[in-house]
Amino acid sequence: MNHDYEYTPGNAFTKWLDKRLPLIRFADENLLSFPTPRNLNYFWTFGFILTLCLVTQIITGIVLAMHYTPHVLMAFDSIEHIMRDVNYGWLIRYIHANGASMFFLAVFIHMFRGLYYGSYKEPREILWILGVVIFLLMIITAFMGYVLVWGQMSFWGATVITNLVGAIPLVGESILTLLLGGFSVDNPTLNRFFSLHYLLPFVIFGVVILHIWALHVTGNNNPTGISVKNTNDTISFHPYYTVKDLFAYVVFLLMFAYFIFYNPNILGHPDNYIEADAMVTPAHIVPEWYLLPFYAILRAVPDKLMGVLLMFGSIVVLFFLPWLDTMKVKSARYRPTYKIFYFTFLLTCFLLGYLGGQAPEGLYLFLSRVCTIYYFAFFLVVMPILSRYEKPSPMPIGISNSAINTDLGTDKNPALSINN
Amino acid sequence: MRLTQAIIILLTIVFFSNNQNLLASGDETFKNLKPNFSFEGPFGKFDRESLKRGYQVYSEVCSSCHGMKQLSFRNLSQPGGPEFSINKVKEIASEYFILDGSDEYGDPIERSRVPSDRFQPPFDNKDAAKASNNGAYPPDLSLIVKARSDGANYIYSLLSGYEEPMPESMHIDESLSYNPWFSGSAIAMAQPLYDEMVEYDDGTIASISQMSYDVANFLAWAAEPTMEERKSLGLIVMGFLFIFLILMFFSVRRLFKDVH
Repeated sequence: MNHDYEYTPGNAFTKWLDKRLPLIRFADENLLSFPTPRNLNYFWTFGFILTLCLVTQIITGIVLAMHYTPHVLMAFDSIEHIMRDVNYGWLIRYIHANGASMFFLAVFIHMFRGLYYGSYKEPREILWILGVVIFLLMIITAFMGYVLVWGQMSFWGATVITNLVGAIPLVGESILTLLLGGFSVDNPTLNRFFSLHYLLPFVIFGVVILHIWALHVTGNNNPTGISVKNTNDTISFHPYYTVKDLFAYVVFLLMFAYFIFYNPNILGHPDNYIEADAMVTPAHIVPEWYLLPFYAILRAVPDKLMGVLLMFGSIVVLFFLPWLDTMKVKSARYRPTYKIFYFTFLLTCFLLGYLGGQAPEGLYLFLSRVCTIYYFAFFLVVMPILSRYEKPSPMPIGISNSAINTDLGTDKNPALSINN
Repeated sequence: MRLTQAIIILLTIVFFSNNQNLLASGDETFKNLKPNFSFEGPFGKFDRESLKRGYQVYSEVCSSCHGMKQLSFRNLSQPGGPEFSINKVKEIASEYFILDGSDEYGDPIERSRVPSDRFQPPFDNKDAAKASNNGAYPPDLSLIVKARSDGANYIYSLLSGYEEPMPESMHIDESLSYNPWFSGSAIAMAQPLYDEMVEYDDGTIASISQMSYDVANFLAWAAEPTMEERKSLGLIVMGFLFIFLILMFFSVRRLFKDVH
């Protein structure tokens, strides 16, 4: 990014340090003076929020691991020990449990923002792909964390989901045995899930660093989708976006705190307060809310292997987004047709989430199938076709101009903006 | 375009707020009664006297079949619970016995329970519990309120719901009882509470609904003994965040005044 400002060490020590390990220069360039488009809206605060979500989960998780016992006979009781006997254990556990939900809520908004404003398009393909990798790791981590509670839903959820691996032809059974550490969900499964649940957040942390690195190479996208042209288009990250992000984070925290302190169990399933019992199957086995859309896709297909492939496919397809949607115009603001399909897609995802919580029969099953078809059609049919045939609406010439035009309510007329 | 968006958002809201009516399956269960527990709401606290009575019902009636393995006697005296005096708790605990370690010959030592001990389980193991209850296992009650949706209201409805007359079209096994609040309406637990079954220490008249209310209260506390602490800390945290929010709001406004 071209900008005139450059970090200059102020005193003898920082000069000395700058020649050896330019830590302060690095922090200055990436956190303080980093040039950021001036027109970012509140949908751009979720990257910051997500980073803090990850940090919160890691810190509370480390404390929980100090008191948790990964053994089938003791896991459930050790969590109740945390809830009842550990000082503020209930707080740490409720933060961690609801924190997972908040993390997913934020990541969904973050991803739908990217989808709306075309943040996956050239030159941000790698940035987007790293994001999908993080999302995939988050799903695996959250699923394993849910099993550690060793309640009924943990146990049966683990049984249902790990069984999916067995649907893979030839090697499925062997992989399943390796994954479970035996032939059914039992103590070895719990132990390896605990180990991996502790490991994966740090892998996520690593990929987050790559994600931010990639972001700082290409710079932020922005609501107009128009590339930054000069320093008039940008403001420094600090204080502008540090303060704005922090404001958004406080709003986010207020909602988070509501769940922790006033409704800590609403996002979980009551059955998970019953200790795991291999002899009693719950009436309905459902995953946590954030996995329901994928669960609906899985069950929409009568064939097990196809269901599994579609469920994984629903995430894998995201990797190919930059090449499925080749329209040069990034932002949906200037793509009237895409916008309609986008909001239909959003609605479809909500609907899939709802359907994932219902029994797969009758009208529910039919709707699941319709939604699944649209989910894939949006990426594989709508996007390529629109890329070829959609006529974008008139766009402003630059970011600064667009911002001024929006104020005048005339952003559809680029001619007016030239004077600015 | 704005209109389309608004319509889609509106439809989403309508759909989700009405989903139960819109696509409801034909499951005919009774709606839970709502006795309005004092612990509900953001400022709710437990009714200490009701918790004490609830413990009395549990220990005199429920505990003959249902254990509460997550609870220790000391919990009965901690803040936010029934708050029995520590001497009372010592007295309660000492009525129960526990095998604890072995003597110099390797024989088990039996001693009275102390406040740091857990509640006494009614059966030695699950099989013994089933054998005494027609093959049905009476669940542990420590977390029952959290383990059922709308927990406390459900417990109250279930315990006071045995008097409902059974529809004539329905036939259930003789070993089961009719209770419309139980899933399937046929429950293995026989009616546990009858009027004036216990004699409350504080003189309250022990009607079925009073005992159901007290025991539901007690079980709600037992499922989460830290609830009052949670709610009061929440108030401080939310208050702090709200003030922080106002400061941040004006900071952002001032900072972005000249940025457009």
